[in-house]
Amino acid sequence: MMNPVPLNDRPEIYFTIAALLLAIGIFGLLRRRTLIGMLISGELIFSAASLNLMTFNRFKAPDPTVGQIFVLFIMGLAAAEIAIALSIIIAVYRNYRSVKTRELSELNG
Amino acid sequence: MEPFPASQMIVGAIFLICVGTAVLGALIAALTARIIRSVCGLAICCIGLAGLYYFLNSPFLALMEILIYIGAVCVTIVFAVMLAEPDEPVRDENFGSTLVWGGLAVLVSAAIFWGLWRLGAHQDWTAPATRVTDGSVKAIGYSLLTTYSMAFELISLALLVAIVGALAIARTGRTK
Repeated sequence: MMNPVPLNDRPEIYFTIAALLLAIGIFGLLRRRTLIGMLISGELIFSAASLNLMTFNRFKAPDPTVGQIFVLFIMGLAAAEIAIALSIIIAVYRNYRSVKTRELSELNG
Repeated sequence: MEPFPASQMIVGAIFLICVGTAVLGALIAALTARIIRSVCGLAICCIGLAGLYYFLNSPFLALMEILIYIGAVCVTIVFAVMLAEPDEPVRDENFGSTLVWGGLAVLVSAAIFWGLWRLGAHQDWTAPATRVTDGSVKAIGYSLLTTYSMAFELISLALLVAIVGALAIARTGRTK
């Protein structure tokens, strides 16, 4: 290998992947026209944040358990968020027969 | 020192496979028109991310990633896909505005990527002098039950509230 530091020990590689995941997630969030598609893009953004935190945990943190616990909590919150969001999507689908964001333009108290 | 002369290259190849899997899965998740393929893309991306977590000295999180994201999140989304019909609608507006808004979305995400990449790649990331713990599963367990016990309990409470709330929301309108 050309570089003395192997590829998997260089933090900038991980930062680049995390930035790429965030960019893809934001692109999907802007382009998707259904609620479930936007939710999946949101999960990609969560994953980007987790990967970023884990990179700091591996290369910078004096206590390497902190980042792992933080990412574990992010996963738990993502699971809770998915449960709530999907039940809202199901309720919306029952009312509108559609989950396309363009057609959900009515508020009803 | 090296047990096997090509071991470095094998590790590098596996790392590149993990990176490619994560990025490819994310692209599939964001770009395909059918939602079920998008969910599969998310699952592929999570497999790649689990490999990256393994390279970041955390096999515990690699297992948790597969367990929670693929086993719980993706399966739950597949259930929602079966209950609703969320395929991307056929593009009905004219081609010009699609191109403009798609270009704008690409521009925004490319700008975010470029800024973060500049920030991350052009710093001097020096390792800390000393490590307090070794970051093993045992150390994580001790931390969860001592320093982070309050947050641990709160997250279990948040999950309970989320489940009850999901049941309550999904139940309304069912009887009509």
